[in-house]
Amino acid sequence: MPHGGSGIEAAFTGRLGGFALEARFAAPAQGITGLFGPSGCGKTTVLRCIAGLTRLPGGHLRVNGAVWQDGRRFLAPHRRPVGYVFQEASLFPHLSVTGNLRYGQRRVRGTAPHPVAFDDVVDLLGLAPLLDRPPMVLSGGERQRVALGRALLTQPRLLLMDEPLAALDRASKEDILPYLERLHANLQIPAFYVSHDLAEVERLADTLVLMDAGRVRAVGPLAALLADPALPLARLPEAAEVMDATVVGHEADYGLAVLAVPGATLLVPGAAGPVGGTRRLRIAASDVSLCRDGPPTGSSVLNVLPARILGAEPVAPHQMTVFLALGEAGDGAALLARITRKSWDGLGLRPGLTVHALVKSVALLDRE
Amino acid sequence: MDAMIEAIWLTVRLATITTLLLLIVSTPLAWWLARSRAWWKEGVGAVVTLPLVLPPTVLGFYLLLALSPSSPLGQAAEAVFGHTLPFTFEGLVVASVIYSLPFVVQPIRNAFEAMGDRPLEVAATLRATPLDAFFSVAVPLARGGFLTGAVLGFAHTVGEFGVVLMIGGNIPGETKVLSVAIYDYVETLQWGKAHALAGGMVVFSFLVILAMALIGRRATWVGR
Repeated sequence: MPHGGSGIEAAFTGRLGGFALEARFAAPAQGITGLFGPSGCGKTTVLRCIAGLTRLPGGHLRVNGAVWQDGRRFLAPHRRPVGYVFQEASLFPHLSVTGNLRYGQRRVRGTAPHPVAFDDVVDLLGLAPLLDRPPMVLSGGERQRVALGRALLTQPRLLLMDEPLAALDRASKEDILPYLERLHANLQIPAFYVSHDLAEVERLADTLVLMDAGRVRAVGPLAALLADPALPLARLPEAAEVMDATVVGHEADYGLAVLAVPGATLLVPGAAGPVGGTRRLRIAASDVSLCRDGPPTGSSVLNVLPARILGAEPVAPHQMTVFLALGEAGDGAALLARITRKSWDGLGLRPGLTVHALVKSVALLDRE
Repeated sequence: MDAMIEAIWLTVRLATITTLLLLIVSTPLAWWLARSRAWWKEGVGAVVTLPLVLPPTVLGFYLLLALSPSSPLGQAAEAVFGHTLPFTFEGLVVASVIYSLPFVVQPIRNAFEAMGDRPLEVAATLRATPLDAFFSVAVPLARGGFLTGAVLGFAHTVGEFGVVLMIGGNIPGETKVLSVAIYDYVETLQWGKAHALAGGMVVFSFLVILAMALIGRRATWVGR
């Protein structure tokens, strides 16, 4: 190992046709890194550069200490231990599902630090009923599951997924997302997930690389970037914050789970699994109202959480996004609230003030 | 009757050997034409396609000159085969390969182009070396093109006349193929034999075209 560094360090700069790419970022050696941005911002190109499918002469790439590209050094794509899932499943039509799954597995040399067994992949992705079929009789979602399994069986040290859901209809997406979430929970290797759909990124990513017009605008933990006043994410109509919560109890009579996040405890309807488990929550800014004086009495809202105002940004002509931190002291998880400018002015809200956040709805993002 | 069998057997032998050689020559050529980004590749493509539009006699004439004992190419051929090529079976094979080249290169090239880059990129991300990917992905995906090319190359070689006459002449058992034999029978007013061979060719050609149509349908069905 030439350098001891772990994680992925990438710098891809150069021109491709009329498109200028200048993407530099570092991603952690664990979890899923979302490459997020509008269509045509260069995120797929970045992924192709990581896989070696596109070569930018000025590029630099180091993965867990190993140099894959630097100066004249360029590791050929078939020598890179990556698993690549294309937007269209791109299964080989002349091979059965099993043939597709085995294609890469058969060609792997050496041993993997976390060997992936054929039967485990078949289990994880629910492929058992498909094994003998030719790819052309599969549905879009089934094809994508096979493509994912095929990539995992190459014993990759890095998994690359290029909008694997973009070509699917809504039902197929809902069919495959639980598999991706299970993968997320079981994945031992870092992964990149390209998407222009914020909802997918919120469900799957741990780290976010925010791209725009060929440049990286921000890199960081997903929750931090979602609530960063300097970034456009918190100004989107669908702005939301995600937080990883721990299950601490249940109110079985009411079908509620009690989940703890830094600075607050929340009641969430639905099955959250056993105490001690970790679940990802999503709270939309538009589902959060603010109350200035004490907790309101006689409210049907279950989750009324003390929080401190960190700042606010105007969005739309008459609306504000308010940036909050949970807890009386304002040292807990970040939270966003979307309120009218009239409320902001009328209540005399300002940064530094402690308020109560009325959370009307909390979504459990990942399923068990 | 023996002369007829001899002509048929010679033709089948010629077409089979030619088709095998054509597949060997055409595969790398079609691959290069399909995937190269060199600006001059269409020039090469045009040269390969020339026999499609040139009168066979023109091609035969130049081949005769090129392979004559006084030309460098002819001398090279003489060194390899031990005799000059014109008016021999080997000469016919060489001429047939050149004459039928576009009929084999074109369908294979089309098949390689139709599959695009994606299957090869997928193969690369699945650890296949370029050569491995060529044989395990590109060739199976282009099998419709290979079948079409082989059938067309075979049939076209069976049907050639002008080039054969120019470079092969009319030597029984050596260069007297079907089409030349039919011409001979007509010239010598042996209508019965001419009918038998000509009718056989009609049936053969019909079967070839039918086979091509069926192959084409199957290829698109598999590719969908």
